[in-house]
Amino acid sequence: MSKSGRFSWFYFSSPQSFYPLAGTLQPWFAALAVILCAVGLYISFFVAPTDAQQGESYRIIFIHVPAAWMSMFLYLVMGFWSGVGLVFNTRLSSMVATALAPTGALFTFIALWTGALWGKPTWGTWWVWDARLTSELILLFLYIGFMALQAAIDDQRRADKAGAVLALVGVINVPIIYFSVKWWSTLHQGASVSMTGAPTMAKTMLLGMLIMALGFWMYSIAATLARVRCVILERERHTDWVAAEIGAQT
Amino acid sequence: MIRALGWVLRRDLLLAFRRRGDVVNALVFFVIVVSLFPLGVGPEASQLRNMAPGVLWVAALLACMLSLARLYAPDHQDGTLEQMLLAGEPLVVLVMGKVISHWLMSGLPLVLIAPLLGLQFDLPGDALAVLCVSLLIGTPVLSLIGAVGAALTLGVRGSGVLVALLVLPLYVPVLIFGAGSVGAVASGTGAEAHLMLLGGFLALSLVLAPWASAAALRIAME
Repeated sequence: MSKSGRFSWFYFSSPQSFYPLAGTLQPWFAALAVILCAVGLYISFFVAPTDAQQGESYRIIFIHVPAAWMSMFLYLVMGFWSGVGLVFNTRLSSMVATALAPTGALFTFIALWTGALWGKPTWGTWWVWDARLTSELILLFLYIGFMALQAAIDDQRRADKAGAVLALVGVINVPIIYFSVKWWSTLHQGASVSMTGAPTMAKTMLLGMLIMALGFWMYSIAATLARVRCVILERERHTDWVAAEIGAQT
Repeated sequence: MIRALGWVLRRDLLLAFRRRGDVVNALVFFVIVVSLFPLGVGPEASQLRNMAPGVLWVAALLACMLSLARLYAPDHQDGTLEQMLLAGEPLVVLVMGKVISHWLMSGLPLVLIAPLLGLQFDLPGDALAVLCVSLLIGTPVLSLIGAVGAALTLGVRGSGVLVALLVLPLYVPVLIFGAGSVGAVASGTGAEAHLMLLGGFLALSLVLAPWASAAALRIAME
């Protein structure tokens, strides 16, 4: 792939060569996301059977559970790219971490919001201080902190590195926070509400959930690639190739 | 290395002693916040006893966080921090010295005055003792984690609010087990487990936080 003809992993670590690659891949991932979400939503609304105890209202978990998975997974991915950016000093890794944060925060918010919508008919309340809900809320705070820190620092290099240190500190803390909140809530109110105790799930329900999770995953990749392209253009605007790129489009 | 640690400690304590107002202000803030709660929720003794651990711990979190602005910012402004980074001693040791002095000036006074405030909330004697022990183990963790946040936001605009946003979510485990230990005594289950977990947090943050704070300081001063 590189000019000498040999494939090199580092070829695409330069923003200039990654930009067109991201542009090529992005529509494919977006299309996959649309298809998978459409199939997943069809299964979850029309194929999956009605739950015996919760009725139709349970169907929101087809969005809620994949969103919660993605919210935690994206934080780990963000921490990974932050670490790579900090260790190898690659600008693109930090840009990817920056581009991941809003998507992660979005999924965290969706998970909280749909959780509240599900909790009202099922538990009879919008919000309980359950371990999962509380740690998800704190995860949202961590995402917001990461974005706020990067937004507050004008010097781009410093913003990248400071965000990376914060993301890594967060990655160490997320399991600690999760288990703290878990023990705290079991101490306080007993395991009155838990989703782990749900009876064995019908196969179609699980299938719908997995397809939705895959769809959300593809959406995350597509959204991150689109956002990283914007970040690249913004930060490399002083270079010749960006000027040529923009000139070619207008 | 030990000499460098002692030097930073002595210097920071001397500076704090010359400007006693800063230390006293954080302490008064703690007392005022705690005293506001009975006014807000009513003076029934049983209710106050129930919420005392949480109120005292949240107030301690806030007081510790507010004093983080003093950790690096004055040294950053007068250029001392730059000289510290250039010094031959490992930066982690210097950070450690600053964290210890921060705890001595902001954490330890809270530990000492907490029993008095606990009495206002009608806490029994054994709960007061556990409150002191939990604060004694927990407040150093607050200083250590706070040092990371303070270094990350050094010289950034709006750093006062930003440091709250970064640091408070990370304080959650300490709050849970700090307040939980006092609550556990009240409910008769014993506080050992909570205090041991707090000790675990202290050990973990003692290893990781000075290192992360030093890394963040280097990034800030680049």
